[in-house]
Amino acid sequence: MYIKDRLRRSMMFIPGNNPGMIRDANIYGADSIMFDLEDSVAYTEKDAARLLVYNALKTLNFGRKETVVRINDLSSGLGAADLEAVVRAGVQVVRLPKTDSAQDVIDCEREIERIEKEAGIPVGTTGMMAAIESANGVLNAASIAKASDRLIGIALGAEDYVTDLKTTRSDGIELLFARSMILNAARAAGIAALDTVYSDVNNEEGFIAEATIIKKLGFDGKSIINPRQIEPLHKVFMPSEKDLNKARAIMDAIAEANARGSGVASLKGKMIDKPVVIRAQRLLDLYEAGRRIDEVED
Amino acid sequence: MNFDINKIPHINEIANNGSFSGARSKNTETFQQRCKDCNKIVPSLEEAIKKSGLRDGMTISFHHHFRNGDHIINNVLDKLAEMGFKNLTLAASSLSAVHAPLIEHIRSGLVTHIETSGLRGELAEQISRGLMDFPVVFRSHGGRASAIRSGELHIDVAFLGAPSCDPYGNANGYSRDDDGGISCGSLGYARTDAEFADKVIIITNNIVSYPNAPWAIPEHDVDYVVLVDDIGDPKGIMSGATRYTKDPKELLIAKTAANVVEAAGYLYDGFSMQMGSGGASLATARFIRQKMLDRGIRCRFALGGITGQITAMHEEGLIDRILDVQSFDLDAAKSLKNNHFHHQISATYYASHLVATAAEQLDFVILSALEIDTDFNVNVLTGSDGVIRGAIGGHPDTAESASLAVIVAPLVRGRIPTVVEHVGTVVTPGSVIDVLVTDRGIAVNPNRPDLKEKLEKFGLHVFDIHDLQKKAEELVGVPEPIRYKERIVGVAMYRDNTVIDVIRQIDE
Amino acid sequence: MELKTNSTAGTMESSDIMIMLEPRTEGGIELELTSSVMQQFGKQIRKVILDTLQEYDVQNAKVEAVDKGALDCTVRARTVAAIYRAAQRSDYRWEV
Repeated sequence: MYIKDRLRRSMMFIPGNNPGMIRDANIYGADSIMFDLEDSVAYTEKDAARLLVYNALKTLNFGRKETVVRINDLSSGLGAADLEAVVRAGVQVVRLPKTDSAQDVIDCEREIERIEKEAGIPVGTTGMMAAIESANGVLNAASIAKASDRLIGIALGAEDYVTDLKTTRSDGIELLFARSMILNAARAAGIAALDTVYSDVNNEEGFIAEATIIKKLGFDGKSIINPRQIEPLHKVFMPSEKDLNKARAIMDAIAEANARGSGVASLKGKMIDKPVVIRAQRLLDLYEAGRRIDEVED
Repeated sequence: MNFDINKIPHINEIANNGSFSGARSKNTETFQQRCKDCNKIVPSLEEAIKKSGLRDGMTISFHHHFRNGDHIINNVLDKLAEMGFKNLTLAASSLSAVHAPLIEHIRSGLVTHIETSGLRGELAEQISRGLMDFPVVFRSHGGRASAIRSGELHIDVAFLGAPSCDPYGNANGYSRDDDGGISCGSLGYARTDAEFADKVIIITNNIVSYPNAPWAIPEHDVDYVVLVDDIGDPKGIMSGATRYTKDPKELLIAKTAANVVEAAGYLYDGFSMQMGSGGASLATARFIRQKMLDRGIRCRFALGGITGQITAMHEEGLIDRILDVQSFDLDAAKSLKNNHFHHQISATYYASHLVATAAEQLDFVILSALEIDTDFNVNVLTGSDGVIRGAIGGHPDTAESASLAVIVAPLVRGRIPTVVEHVGTVVTPGSVIDVLVTDRGIAVNPNRPDLKEKLEKFGLHVFDIHDLQKKAEELVGVPEPIRYKERIVGVAMYRDNTVIDVIRQIDE
Repeated sequence: MELKTNSTAGTMESSDIMIMLEPRTEGGIELELTSSVMQQFGKQIRKVILDTLQEYDVQNAKVEAVDKGALDCTVRARTVAAIYRAAQRSDYRWEV
């Protein structure tokens, strides 16, 4: 069963046909691990990767990590078979690539629902996320984000998108519109907004710069392709000491007001309203996640 | 003479050799001519062997500073075989895969006993399958130095390869004049052999002018010098630079190990350390370095086998002194040659339990393991199939001596669990191991409750080692037990020369 | 399942296993396994391969397996992939 609202600072891609990487997927501390059946798998190995991910999901213990599988899109003729395998294997979230419209999400959800029914899995067990990778998709972001209750978030897939725009990846200015659209669409639908990968794993500085920008924009997290990117990414999402103290003061004031039996809390003469409390709580949650310096689990 | 020696008061209590009866005659040649005319160079290896008085049944020794590029052992043994020797004990500081030709010399009866730190390759395979009647005696580097010093391991003739030597036997692992293309850095293990062996033969491809200063081995420890064309293959002796691993799992383990050291309180201004040369233990240096920069602290000394990572930290001012018993790469060898405070030490100085040693001044040591069991006993000698495939090295010496001994290892390697119920061979007893760091969790020895508390306070999750063992088993399954025969093919000695474990012949 | 052609699945990478299937008309299963962990897990790997073949009702075949330390779930996945490829079928049995 998927969890709608959870920490998703880092979603790490794991090539779906690599048994060694699948086995070790959960040791590096990524919030979500995303087994890929799409771009990282050669066409002639699609069947083998599907079987491998299916067996791994059924057998291996990935602890508290969120499990995600990026399937092939339904129009490729491979996506339906991917769904048959991974929904039954109990994946938490299916990532749908190349989502151009709300209809793509609806089509995928219908397949998932059918499989859940056939397999005797309670309908609604499997979550979804939609990756937007085209100009059309970006323009439809708002309707995509609201196309299914199963959606936990929408993500930007920038490589195809910049090609569609007739540009290339550079300092990020080329993604400004798409990022803003996706973020707004996600927030309007009350789901997560997830950023694209940064593929130059050796450029840590560039990665941190990009992570800082998307965090400022309001994204929940980012897809990553190498375990080395996890620590710097989580550092970017770590709240500052100043923000932390403020958040603690807010929560203390709320607790104190509750103890008084008063519904109204104030801090330094200012009334604390609901969005402030939500923001403070979110920040404290982020801090708690960030201060766990080793991510191993019982 | 204007005195009578017998009338000197208390003359019987003053040690003397009688009255002066004249000085030796002076040699008035130039010093350069003297170096040519009267020196320790003998024309051939055969000649040196004859002069050494080597007889059947004696013990010969070798060092392993040439690692897998060593040609000394094979060449000397070929010569000894040709000369018809038998029943020799070969006491090497360690042996590598390159020493496979030893198999024939064992079969022929030339070598009947072996002492070493480790065995690898075909020789190790054959010995594990019962090649020798007499069990191989495995010693740690410190244990070997002690046994040599105490006479428990008596060396009759030491054959010591040296990349530079002057005509009088001042020998070194490099040369500040001309290194002749071969350098091995420190000759630390050879120094102890040279000091205690009855006869010492230096085998070099590079005779340099007297004095070959600095030297590892002083001329007064040397009897004969032999010039040969070939002492070893530079490529096998050392790699250019030991690179930091890019393996994310090793990096994860290393990062955690550095956190453990910091959490345990052993990272302070003026601390001391030793790193192994394995991927994860070496990578720990990188994370330690970052912590040192962040906190503005320095390391007083780094000990042991030295790599370019350590010398780079020395050169950037983070490490005050390096004590080098073995240089692992060319960068380390270069640093030993160029840096004043990069100091060469002997095996005895490094880790002999009989004397005060540098190891005893260690705050922490980061060590690898092939296997570790739920009592924290460590095996670095035999593989999970029971075959010998490693070396004790300084493992038990530094683990026992350092305030904090950290084992770094992946929980499983491929399908082989590292954390097991019982290790194949106990090399280092669990009582001296403090912390185990794996990619899937940390465990602290229950005899260090202080450490567990500190680590948890720091935010590190500490597992019971039994839970890590179960985790490994859950992942890979339960391996079938290794089948052994009764026959003992190896004996592992602890550093005090007590028998800590035995290795049995595998049963296939 | 009836095997129609030779097939291969898996790789020679560490933690993987390569399964090569060759249809036979009689003689049962002839399994030739080489493994980097033969001594410790040889029996278990053989068992997983044979059980999987039986589950898919493959009665006669020559199987060559080269293992580099694959976990059971990988051995199973590669064996099934090889079976379907050799049978030239894609009606997989996905189970919950």
